Amino acid sequence: MIKNVNRRTLLKLAGAGAAASVGPFYLRSAGAADTIPVAAIHDASGGIDIYGRPMINCVNLAVEELNAAGGVLGKKIDLVNYDAQSNMQLYTQYAVEAATKQKADVVFGGILSASREAMRPSLKRFKTLYFYSLLYEGGVCDRNTFCMGSTPAQTLEKFTPFVMKHFNGKKIYTLAADYNYGQITAKWIKKFATENGGDVIQTDFFPLDVSEFGTTIRKIQAAQPDIIMSVLVGAAHNSFYRQWVASGMKDKIPMASTTFGIGNEQVLTSPEEHNGIIVSYAYFDGIQTPENLDFLKRYYARFGEKADAVTEGAAMSYHAVNLWAKAAELAGTTEREKVIEALETGLSFTGPAGKTTIDPATHHDTLDVYIAEVRDGKYNVLESYLQQPPADTAAVCNLTENPNENKQFVIDVQI
Amino acid sequence: MDSLVIGLLQFLVTIANLALVAAGLAIVFGMMRVINFAHGEFLMLGGYAAIVSNQAGLNLWVSMFIVAPLVVGLVGAILERLVIRRLYGRMIDTMLATWGISLALIGIATIVFGNTVAGISPPLGSLSIGQYAIGWYELFLVAVVAVLFFAGWLFLRFTSAGLVARGTMQNRQMAGALGIDPNRVYAVTFTVGAAVTGLAGALIAPIAGVVPSIGAVYIAKAFITVISGGTAILAGTLASATVLGSVNTFFSFVLSPVLGEVALLMAAVVLLRILPRGISGRFFRRSL
Repeated sequence: MIKNVNRRTLLKLAGAGAAASVGPFYLRSAGAADTIPVAAIHDASGGIDIYGRPMINCVNLAVEELNAAGGVLGKKIDLVNYDAQSNMQLYTQYAVEAATKQKADVVFGGILSASREAMRPSLKRFKTLYFYSLLYEGGVCDRNTFCMGSTPAQTLEKFTPFVMKHFNGKKIYTLAADYNYGQITAKWIKKFATENGGDVIQTDFFPLDVSEFGTTIRKIQAAQPDIIMSVLVGAAHNSFYRQWVASGMKDKIPMASTTFGIGNEQVLTSPEEHNGIIVSYAYFDGIQTPENLDFLKRYYARFGEKADAVTEGAAMSYHAVNLWAKAAELAGTTEREKVIEALETGLSFTGPAGKTTIDPATHHDTLDVYIAEVRDGKYNVLESYLQQPPADTAAVCNLTENPNENKQFVIDVQI
Repeated sequence: MDSLVIGLLQFLVTIANLALVAAGLAIVFGMMRVINFAHGEFLMLGGYAAIVSNQAGLNLWVSMFIVAPLVVGLVGAILERLVIRRLYGRMIDTMLATWGISLALIGIATIVFGNTVAGISPPLGSLSIGQYAIGWYELFLVAVVAVLFFAGWLFLRFTSAGLVARGTMQNRQMAGALGIDPNRVYAVTFTVGAAVTGLAGALIAPIAGVVPSIGAVYIAKAFITVISGGTAILAGTLASATVLGSVNTFFSFVLSPVLGEVALLMAAVVLLRILPRGISGRFFRRSL
């Protein structure tokens, strides 16, 4: 059987498979002329779908609400969702497809920084406006791209001193994932800890597939820090929280995290594992504002009680769609250059995550940052810091002066 | 003093983990020369079997020690009958076939259980030694591994079934000529290997959690341990787990977790360069 399959038939089969898997996305409603083509590219399946699913829900919800209210500029939005299947190659492919075949006016999406960097050059080349909604390490400087999520300087500047005060400690032990987000975030933690009279006594980095933390826990016990700062990412690292409790450390050393909850970890771990962890994002579903309570009611009415909990990335996806719609209305067109100019007027949108204002110089946004405690699978908001500017990206990027800049700066953190 | 005791316990825990993860593969690959790329997925299935039956209301220990080995043993028996049986003696083909099985199992598990982490908290609490503490469950695993390997040794050394198994693995034709049905021996051996792997998967589930793709985390380590161990499946696997586990723990502790992983792989490379037939190719040659 195996012998009969030669390279050519194998290629044909592969081609047919690829065509079949792409097929359904071409099926779009007819009469595209009086609708606005919009694309959303996220991972709805594969290893990082836990991040993608709530984001997709929120893009859908925002579009449906805009359409129900009469659309944008009197036209309905024609949204096409592409599933990149946690595969970076598909991001590039779908970005090109959305820009050239679908002729989308705007693309929302991207989850890992790698997926954003896979799409950004293609979308820039085909002059298609792009919104990225997840929190990330900061530094993207590209006039065609708007980054909606929080960056380390926005959250950590307030978070680090808050954690030190809350737990009444100065010695911090950082555990971080070993890639650019983890490395950069660890530096920011050290910087802000030092500035506030504290000290990071040790930082350990872990490859993403490490799931055995016994040795590290013994090291922590030897070092006796006051606070653990977790910048751990992904499914394998999730086991740290379990092993931490199993070693009887739960109530001995308190923990804060910059990543716990981005993938709804509060649902995947048990209360005894996560109670008391302090986290900081630009959105929590525990925010008690009328806008958020109303938003959550609409969200669960639309997607059912069992829908994935709304994360920062999801809430910012909702903000992104609405900000774009607002800019298009202001510009009177969906043409890219005009919409960018409208966004650069410092446009803002007030929604579930509070007020989000576009910063014209960096194409990031000034947003509200919240600090919350995880308790029984929910977030109790402890503190909010309104309107935090994207200071880290602003230090390296000025699109008003250099509109042709097109790169991601690696921000040099001065300690 | 405290740090010495806890350091020693940590060494034992790491070694036991490696030996546990590799035990089933030692049977399937070490004895039968079947390159089972689906070994990681057998671990994953064991984890899910334990967690699902525990969540359905079964006692945790029953789910781990009875349900998981039964389920994975059954899966192993079916796969042996359908796929592996046709490929004995064709090492490269078993590799391809089991790789396919591995991908299929990941896909099926993703459809059934979803792509999120499932877990149960480790039972038994923790043991405090001075400023240190270690989970009782982790120490319990050390004991389980010791019992498992001792039982394996007793079986292979003192029972006639063990003798038949060893004989068949050594010389299939001769065993056949003596009136033993080699196919049956192979089928039973593969099933036992799968069941041991299922047990291992269930036992590490409370520590590591389970996702459909978790097998990838363990497969490389399991193969490295078994191959470095050499032909004596019990003594060899234990010896290489001891060497590699010690190296890993030491370097993680002194330097960093990343370098701990690097050191483990380096140790395996050096080990195989010096002892191409594994540790038991040189030492413990007459042991099992």
